[in-house]
Amino acid sequence: MWPFHAPGSIRLRLTLQLLTGAAVMALVLFLIVYSFARQIGAESQDRILSASATSILDATTVQSGNISVDIPYSAFTMLDNSVDDRVFYRITQDGEGLTGYDDLPSARQDQGTGPAFDTVTYRGEELRIATLTRRVSVGGTPTRIDVTVGQTRDAQADVLARILRMTVLLGFGFFAASALLAILAGRSTAASLSRLAESVSRRGPQDLRPVVAEVPSEMRPLVASLNSLIARLSAALTRTEDFIAEAAHRVRTPLATVRAHGENTLRRVSKEENRVSLREMIRAIDESSRAAGQLLDHAMVSLRADQLELSPVALRPLVADLVDRLRPVAELKDMDLRFEASEEQEVMGDTILIQNAVRNLLDNAIKYAPPETPIDVALTRDEATATLTIRDQGIGFPATGADALTGRFARGENATGVIGSGLGLTIADEVARAHGGTLTIANTEGGPGACVRLSLPLR
Amino acid sequence: MRAFISSLALILSALPALAFEIEENVQFPAANQTAELRVISTADADLFAPFITAFQALNPGIAVDYYVVSSSEIMVALQDEGERFDLAISSAMDLQIKLANDGLALPYRSGATGSLPEWAIWRDRVFAFTQEPATMVLSRADFADIDLPRTRQELITALRDHPERFRERIGTYDVRESGLGYLFATQDGRTSETFWRLAQVMGGLQTQLYRGSSDMIEDVASGRIAVAYNVLGSYAQVREDLHDRIHIIAPEDFTTVMMRTVLIPANAEAPEAAGRFIDHLIETAWTEGGGRFAFPGITPARLSENASLRPIQLGPGLLVYLDRLKRRQFIEEWEAAMVQPG
Amino acid sequence: MRFLLVEDNQQLAAAVLDRLALDGHVVDHAGDLGMAEDYISATDYDLILLDIMLPDGDGRDFLNAQRARGKDTPVIVLTARSEVSDRVGALDMGADDYIPKPFDFAELEARCRAVLRRRTGTATNVKRFGNVAFNALEGTLTNGDRVIPLRNRELRLLEVFFGAPGQIIPKPKLVDRLFSYDEDVSENAIEVYVGRLRKKLEGSDVSIVTVRGLGYRLAVP
Repeated sequence: MWPFHAPGSIRLRLTLQLLTGAAVMALVLFLIVYSFARQIGAESQDRILSASATSILDATTVQSGNISVDIPYSAFTMLDNSVDDRVFYRITQDGEGLTGYDDLPSARQDQGTGPAFDTVTYRGEELRIATLTRRVSVGGTPTRIDVTVGQTRDAQADVLARILRMTVLLGFGFFAASALLAILAGRSTAASLSRLAESVSRRGPQDLRPVVAEVPSEMRPLVASLNSLIARLSAALTRTEDFIAEAAHRVRTPLATVRAHGENTLRRVSKEENRVSLREMIRAIDESSRAAGQLLDHAMVSLRADQLELSPVALRPLVADLVDRLRPVAELKDMDLRFEASEEQEVMGDTILIQNAVRNLLDNAIKYAPPETPIDVALTRDEATATLTIRDQGIGFPATGADALTGRFARGENATGVIGSGLGLTIADEVARAHGGTLTIANTEGGPGACVRLSLPLR
Repeated sequence: MRAFISSLALILSALPALAFEIEENVQFPAANQTAELRVISTADADLFAPFITAFQALNPGIAVDYYVVSSSEIMVALQDEGERFDLAISSAMDLQIKLANDGLALPYRSGATGSLPEWAIWRDRVFAFTQEPATMVLSRADFADIDLPRTRQELITALRDHPERFRERIGTYDVRESGLGYLFATQDGRTSETFWRLAQVMGGLQTQLYRGSSDMIEDVASGRIAVAYNVLGSYAQVREDLHDRIHIIAPEDFTTVMMRTVLIPANAEAPEAAGRFIDHLIETAWTEGGGRFAFPGITPARLSENASLRPIQLGPGLLVYLDRLKRRQFIEEWEAAMVQPG
Repeated sequence: MRFLLVEDNQQLAAAVLDRLALDGHVVDHAGDLGMAEDYISATDYDLILLDIMLPDGDGRDFLNAQRARGKDTPVIVLTARSEVSDRVGALDMGADDYIPKPFDFAELEARCRAVLRRRTGTATNVKRFGNVAFNALEGTLTNGDRVIPLRNRELRLLEVFFGAPGQIIPKPKLVDRLFSYDEDVSENAIEVYVGRLRKKLEGSDVSIVTVRGLGYRLAVP
């Protein structure tokens, strides 16, 4: 009837509890109505039996010292009913049978005179009997007349059976209605939970606004604590990002100052040993600033890759833009940065991360390839993936496993003498993985140079 | 097994001395007999024979052993003697009710019984299949010069006006002997005080007491008596040979209507065949309109046609007059009125 | 060329000013956005070098305000911040380019050149020597009606020569201008580029003369 739920499901649990409650209430309702109906049925039968016995007693007279009983016709016709219950009666004088069924038991257990009722088994059938007593005087002697009228309980059973059916129907109806309500209640409770879950999960990882989903009051503490968690998380993230930005700023500005002064000084000194020292200093500054930058980039990439904020990213303008931006740098080495893209290609991803990855790959190519060589950047696609290929004509990757290069701080052993922290490929690889893509690096077949492929699944 | 029971039944039925008084015993044998229905009935065999032969034509293999007794003898046979019968058919509704009430009848349900209106069935045990009015049968000769009495009061007047003509020439049931007579008389007495005045008049004229309707009808026809009171109209109707000598009058003040009933005694050995016989009775009574056989069938229309018809209600009320004291008082009163020293 | 440098770090600013002045540019320095506003209202600059984190505000807001006011002076943003964390990229705010700190002056020059080429056209800033015209922004030499394209290093080499025509320029200075610091090159590498330039200058009255032991100089007969 409804889909399977894990045993821990609030909806299932709530529904089951409500259903159990409904079942118990239906049962209680059934028992109450049934016993009430049974009691009323018994009472009405008792009343008729009592009336019948009374009418017989009223027709009992003393005539010339003898008890005379003239049973009225109505005494028994009043007992007639739709299922034709059997009727028995007995009239005794001081316990001695006067007339009627001599073996019919009496309902009277005491010496009183009020109506007494009993249920007995007589001639194989359950019988409701009423006994009424009257004391009369026969020739001055007090004597006691007992009239017992009995009737089988088929009509009552029949009525009870009908009431039973009705009550069962009522109980089932009650249960069904309650069950429906229970399921609805379970569903609506679960719905408000899932609304909350949806409103939390639907939002992007960068969306750290408080949750404002409409929830029942019981769930407000949950939402409040969730919001407090979000606020703390948001604060922590902001602090981390601010820290990274601040750290970059703090490191890079003095480095920039030192480097600029170094470069200016280099232009002014002509003594060869001083020039060599200054060059070494500038190289060290470049290396450390690049390392710091990439470390910080990597930290940021890791942070963002953990909570990927996906949006459509058009690769062609992104790469074209980066190529344009890096062309001045490439031109410094008289390198030709060529970009070819057949068509627009859209992937789902984090623009900044993809930019960072591509920039690192282009940086690497410009950095490690010799001057006056071309770098070919091509964007191609097959059915499901977009592939950015960056092919240079440089030294290529060392023969000892290109894969190892994407590990942190790995650097081609043949790349000594070129400033680089080795994090560039690591960053690009992490970005590719975070987007469900791959980064492959290889040496260009049949020629010099490296070939790096960044593949991302198409949108 | 069945053969053994059948032969046992044969031996039993062949026993000469039965404690109850049998008026008539008619065998309706069947070729390739598979079951035997022992029927104890108050209905005259020749009146009932068409029912039985029609039943046997539809249900071959069922033999019927038909005993005609008085209604009180049914009580003796079934209640006191515990005789084995498969069906009890009686005009004494009160006794049939008593048998059922006292647990001496088996329940039976079928499509036919289900079609009966509630007033024609009691406890799924007693089934009515005829409606027969209690009528006055009058000698045409004796009433040639007197206005035909249409009510009890007119009958009283006629009797009073012509005491000599009717002395010892009035007939009615001996309620002490006949269950049906007792039923008719008690119902009369219950319905109207006129009955007791009529009884006084009849008693004063030394009324002849009978045990059955047939005798009374024949005696009226033969001229032995001039008036028969509370005679089964159905018996009179079928005697078309006598219709030129008798009047059949349903009293217009009120006409007691008896329903002939059938039940399956508790110790029946062929209740299944008995049930089929009951179905047959009901179907004949209802679908044939009753006109085909001796007994008028049951139709509610008949009751509404004539407002003076007083059908006797099947129900525990009938037990009242079976009460020992009540019966004794009634019979005392009846005797006081009816049996007067001439 | 007239530059405005907006940079709060005095040492860095001094170094950049020093370098740009060496290259013959006129540079004003503003230490904060307020000063920058003052300078801009008084002078038309060819290019603004703009730091992002300034004591009285965010350089990007300044840039945004300039663009909103219809001022389209080319701007290159200097940033010490991680590019990844810059949510609102400087380019989106209307900058023409940006360069992360620390920067190589050669790269800064290249970017400045590229921006100026793009924004101010090619007619300006043509230097003549002999019968040759040198357009650094376009990267061309014109000899009569012959226009000769220059590669980047040739261009930069010529820039040095045209910056001090007739003067002897030592080889190390040329090396510094031509090669980045992570390139291990010998001074002889210069000869390759000098050779290429000589080829491109053939047919003109301008030549590059080797001054043995000292360097080179641009000469006319």
